[in-house]
Amino acid sequence: MNFPTPHLHGVCLSALLIFLLAAAAQAGEVQVAVAANFTAPAQQIAAEFERQTGHQARLSFGATGKFYAQISNGAPFEVFLSADDTTPARLEKEGQAVAGSRFTYAIGALALWSAKTELVDAQGEVLKSGSFKHLAIANPKTVPYGAAAIETLTQLKLLDATQPKFVQGENIAQTFQFVSTGNAELGFVALSQITKDGKLTDGSAWIVPGKLHEPIRQDAVTLVKGKDNPAAAAFMDYLKTPRAHAIITSFGYTLR
Amino acid sequence: MESWLTNADLQAIWLTVRLATTTTLILFLLGTPLAWWLAKSRAWWKQPIGAIVALPLVLPPTVIGFYLLVALGPHGAIGQLTQSLGLGTLPFTFWGLVVASVIYSLPFMVQPLQNAFEAIGERPLEVAATLRASPLDTFFSVAVPLALPGFVTAGILSFAHTVGEFGVVLMIGGNIPGVSRVASVQIYDYVEAMEYANAHRLAAVMLVFSFLVLLAMYLWRPGKRKGI
Repeated sequence: MNFPTPHLHGVCLSALLIFLLAAAAQAGEVQVAVAANFTAPAQQIAAEFERQTGHQARLSFGATGKFYAQISNGAPFEVFLSADDTTPARLEKEGQAVAGSRFTYAIGALALWSAKTELVDAQGEVLKSGSFKHLAIANPKTVPYGAAAIETLTQLKLLDATQPKFVQGENIAQTFQFVSTGNAELGFVALSQITKDGKLTDGSAWIVPGKLHEPIRQDAVTLVKGKDNPAAAAFMDYLKTPRAHAIITSFGYTLR
Repeated sequence: MESWLTNADLQAIWLTVRLATTTTLILFLLGTPLAWWLAKSRAWWKQPIGAIVALPLVLPPTVIGFYLLVALGPHGAIGQLTQSLGLGTLPFTFWGLVVASVIYSLPFMVQPLQNAFEAIGERPLEVAATLRASPLDTFFSVAVPLALPGFVTAGILSFAHTVGEFGVVLMIGGNIPGVSRVASVQIYDYVEAMEYANAHRLAAVMLVFSFLVLLAMYLWRPGKRKGI
């Protein structure tokens, strides 16, 4: 009746091994390309996602246009969180994204922001005063927040007056950098960059009313490379959970 | 030509040429005495200075760009200085790019010159001294002619390296047409905006230009020194 102990060890060991292998098979990995404005919420969501599902989300951050070029040239991304809705639609039309996987994960808000505490008033009147040397905007050709900034200035009839003062960031993160280092006194950034837990983190800001520009719909899409990856599907599903929604709105995005 | 490159492209190319020329001229003025000192000095701090000069070869442009953005900005040490001199702050200006390019291309000027000066050796300089040439006279009538290939290499490399600059300009330039939108940034913008045909045209110009510059350098090589 006495089991020889080495044998018992062997049983335990193989049980452990089987358990580990099973866990490894279940815990997948998903490569996610994330628009720069969504960096902070994406990091929080990925951490929660990993805790709840065991899957790991590997995040890359950058400009939407650059991701489009990389995806078209075989980049290994499986899910794409774009800063707009046209690029995911284009990828889907070109057969580079899984048809029907596209949905709006966040609607961005634009903010006129300064690192100085009293420069920007609650109505954005500072734009009319002209009491600044540089106005930072993101490249309007490639960054939706840049295009929204141009629309806003056009609506306010201030485009011609402010254009000579433009300095352009390559993406929204760089635009933020120009303002946060004080090199540009103010600039149009994503509200998500200056919001944490629903509050302004630093400086002074005017949240641009949504009626001054087209809504910045940010769409997510599953890419062809992630078609058969359960972790990719799980990540897309996770973006629709109340927990993910809570994180997204805490950074100043809306959902509808 | 007009139908091939847009006016914006020509503006970017002209700006690039102006930036590279200005940078190279300033580098000749700053780099020559520095390289001479590095070649001749026996001070213990010669090696640390040499290492600092070489830093831009190793540091990512994003690091240089970010430090410059902070240092030249209104809260940075250099920014405070330029403001107190009434010059304002340098980021988003042509001269800001010149300062950045001088730092970024410094090793490409200093190292070939230093090598050329070291290759002269002591002998010709001693001979000149026995003929009662002043140190300055010796430098201009003996050292400079003997080190001429080094000057050509250093000038071409500094110019070409500034033309190829991208990361630093992107970080402190602000992408302003005619001020900081150089050719490499213009190409990047085209790629980002998915205007690949425009990107290809300007990229082809840059490729041909770079090849011709390097070819000229390899062909124009008096004496028997090889390598860079």
